Amino acid sequence: MSPVEDAAAEKPRHRPSRAPRTPMPERDARERAMTFDEVGLGYTEEMAVAEANRCIQCKNPTCIEGCPVNIDIKSFIAGIIEGDYTRAIAVLKERNALPAVCGRVCPQEEQCEASCVLARKGEPVAIGRLERWLGDFDLSCDLEHRCAPVVGEPSGRRVAVVGSGPAGLACAGELRRFGHAVTVFESLHAPGGVLTYGIPEFRLPKAIVQAEIEMLEVMGVELVTDVVVGATYTLDDLLGEEGFDAVFVGNGAGLPMFLGVPGENLNGVYSANEFLTRVNLMKAYEFPTYDTPVARGRKVAVVGGGNVAMDAARTAKRLGAEEVFLVYRRSEDEMPARREEVHHAREEGIEFKMLCSPAEIVGRDGFVTGMVATRMELTEPDASGRRAPVCVLDSDFTIECDTVIIALGTRANPLLSQTTPDLEVSSRGYIVTDEDGATNKPGVFAGGDIVTGSATVILAMGAGKKAAQAIDRWLDATKRS
Amino acid sequence: MFPIVYQRQLSASVFEMGVTAPAIARKARAGQFLMLRVDEHGERIPLTFSDWSAEEGWVRFIFMRVGKTTHQLSHLVAGDSLVDVVGPLGVATHVEGLGRVAVMGGGVGAAVAYPVARAMAEAGAEVTVILGARNRELLILEDEFRALPIKELIVMTDDGSAGEKGLVTAPLKRLCEAGEIDSSMAIGPAIMMKFCAATTKEFDVPITVSLNPIMVDGTGMCGACRVSVGGETKFGCVDGPDFDGHAVDFEQLMSRQRVYSDIEREADADFSKECSCHL
Ligand SMILES: Cc1cc2nc3c(=O)[nH]c(=O)nc-3n(C[C@H](O)[C@H](O)[C@H](O)COP(=O)(O)OP(=O)(O)OC[C@H]3O[C@@H](n4cnc5c(N)ncnc54)[C@H](O)[C@@H]3O)c2cc1C
Ligand SMILES: Cc1cc2nc3c(=O)[nH]c(=O)nc-3n(C[C@H](O)[C@H](O)[C@H](O)COP(=O)(O)OP(=O)(O)OC[C@H]3O[C@@H](n4cnc5c(N)ncnc54)[C@H](O)[C@@H]3O)c2cc1C
Ligand code: SF4
Ligand code: FES
Repeated sequence: MSPVEDAAAEKPRHRPSRAPRTPMPERDARERAMTFDEVGLGYTEEMAVAEANRCIQCKNPTCIEGCPVNIDIKSFIAGIIEGDYTRAIAVLKERNALPAVCGRVCPQEEQCEASCVLARKGEPVAIGRLERWLGDFDLSCDLEHRCAPVVGEPSGRRVAVVGSGPAGLACAGELRRFGHAVTVFESLHAPGGVLTYGIPEFRLPKAIVQAEIEMLEVMGVELVTDVVVGATYTLDDLLGEEGFDAVFVGNGAGLPMFLGVPGENLNGVYSANEFLTRVNLMKAYEFPTYDTPVARGRKVAVVGGGNVAMDAARTAKRLGAEEVFLVYRRSEDEMPARREEVHHAREEGIEFKMLCSPAEIVGRDGFVTGMVATRMELTEPDASGRRAPVCVLDSDFTIECDTVIIALGTRANPLLSQTTPDLEVSSRGYIVTDEDGATNKPGVFAGGDIVTGSATVILAMGAGKKAAQAIDRWLDATKRS
Repeated sequence: MFPIVYQRQLSASVFEMGVTAPAIARKARAGQFLMLRVDEHGERIPLTFSDWSAEEGWVRFIFMRVGKTTHQLSHLVAGDSLVDVVGPLGVATHVEGLGRVAVMGGGVGAAVAYPVARAMAEAGAEVTVILGARNRELLILEDEFRALPIKELIVMTDDGSAGEKGLVTAPLKRLCEAGEIDSSMAIGPAIMMKFCAATTKEFDVPITVSLNPIMVDGTGMCGACRVSVGGETKFGCVDGPDFDGHAVDFEQLMSRQRVYSDIEREADADFSKECSCHL
């Protein structure tokens, strides 16, 4: 029996409430489409307790299997039910170093919540919202009262972490628990990876990312910005002259893809990465207080159907666009974006143009004036059940717009692998690792988007943490030999 | 923080600055650049290394005051600091095995041409440098170039106030015609590089150009810097900044450089109003 179950045995039996799922308050759609303030307002304590009480504390909690890092969901919810928030947070942080972040951006509807027994009746426990509430509760405490993992006795070994996205941060935190000295190198001027430059303020406030990173610094993680590994130092420099015993590479998949259609280099055509970086990282929405400009389009066409496309479309709306079109070549059902984001985008007045594929971007005097799109239809499902989009003959039409944002996904940035020729990468440039994150190069580990291609925050964090454990074992083994 | 250790004014609007950045200084090569931010609200701007010392741990760059960021930068002196300096970025200029080469530096492009010409000369090339400027006041680094082990320095000004009167393309054409160069490199405003490319094309003399598209991160993650080269889209910051001048779409480059001109001008005008230097 685990200590939690032990304790529960002595307490009066938990009687789950049969109330419907507790809704989370949100900023009004009309109001929020004008500001970058966060959309979801989070639970109050009462709401969190009410929602936690819906959990039936299953004997075989299937929710845990649905979580990519197997958070002991049942126990942390038990902590909320019993009012022992400190324990609840400790349980959460045992597996997930950034709960306030994951509570906001994880696709819970496909993960833990999809596996909750109550999901069968259509109303799973709002695990994500509870996680968010606990994470925020922890962040609202003074730094010294926050739940910090115990840092291990100094091991005398030094590990370099390349990239400060979720993979790198999770790896760094875990390495400190083993007592290794950790230096995180970040090429941009601010840490956080996609959490900082990609996901917008209205979905993930930067103050939260900042507070989580401060916690890591309190744990003794050294953070060095403005260092491009592969340029400022090579991987071999880190393992050689710079004196690191091992390296974790979590540099993400940051190279934006373009359509390859005529007119793509006209002024007013952005990759989603550029558009979101200008706005989130460089704070272009506060130009001229901040010096970086961004085009404030009146009519904006966003190409793509994932989270990145939703973020770009909703950001364009907040910059004052009168009309924002989302152009996607399949139908809404196939869109990879989270349902919640699709729903929010619709509420905010984003116009969906489904089954359309861009054929050309047209312009005048070097600036975009429109996009020619071809109508598509879906084939019958093939053996794998997938329906392919095919062009409808002579169906081209023009969407009038002054800005086009391309959100077709990203690929591996070759900057680091090019200067490390002996590091094995796949044909698409992703770093090849074993299950634990070890690469073919001794002492070099990798994880996150640079290994899997664009995935999710929690998978990147899981990979970072797993690699930290492998690094610990590797350091141990190399010490003895 | 990156302390400024050196600052001097080269002409009315051109300045040279040195900052402490030991890790970057160890890796810098001719033709590569850095990105910097002046302060926490600042834009990231790219500037090419004009010089560096691995031993002493500094890098230098030369910039022309054209807008708000370079204006702010022009007020900083030794003892001040920059919040961010990142590099070295971009692919270093190819300097090996060039034979007889002409290097054209137009305006502030002379700053970039200087370490390039030096590296080419050190690698054994026979280098002819052609500097172009609007007038004598805007001509920079003449003495430094004269001190290099190069074959010849030709100075051109639009008004004839220094060297010969005319554009850099005039002596370039002479060299091509006389068959005195095997290859060439042009660094300067897009329009100048475009004409140098046209001149050498006639004689089938290869030309490398150092492009300066607008950049955001400088590490290949945004695509703001994309340029068309031989009909293919390339990223200026990681595939360049050097490209085959005969394949570059200069019209597109110039158009893309103008994308924010209007709002940038307003920002600088606002800044200048508040700024005590009244420039
Ligand atoms: C707009 C957008 C919205 C998203 N929304 C969601 C969502 O709602 N939910 C979800 O789960 N996932 C979402 N994702 C995906 C998720 O953010 C990524 O899967 C995750 O961030 C990957 O983490 P990572 O640590 O591998 O890489 P990244 O977050 O990309 O971090 C890599 C870091 O390494 C740095 N770096 C790169 N090269 C170098 C180098 N050579 N030297 C030093 N540093 C370097 C980069 O600057 C960056 O800071 C979204 C992604 C985007 C772009
Ligand atoms: C690889 C590269 C190397 C360069 N090297 C030098 C150099 O050694 N010396 C030098 O004086 N200049 C150099 N430049 C140009 C320099 O970066 C711009 O002059 C500077 O960014 C202007 O900033 P600003 O705020 O003062 O002016 P702004 O008012 O912002 O802009 C004036 C003009 O500068 C250009 N520009 C603006 N922002 C950027 C940006 N983020 N990236 C690139 N160009 C921009 C645009 O064409 C703009 O119209 C280089 C540019 C590139 C891409
Ligand atoms: S499956 Fe649902 S009800 Fe069961 S323990 Fe997990 S969250 Fe609670
Ligand atoms: S400046 Fe962002 S990719 Fe080149």
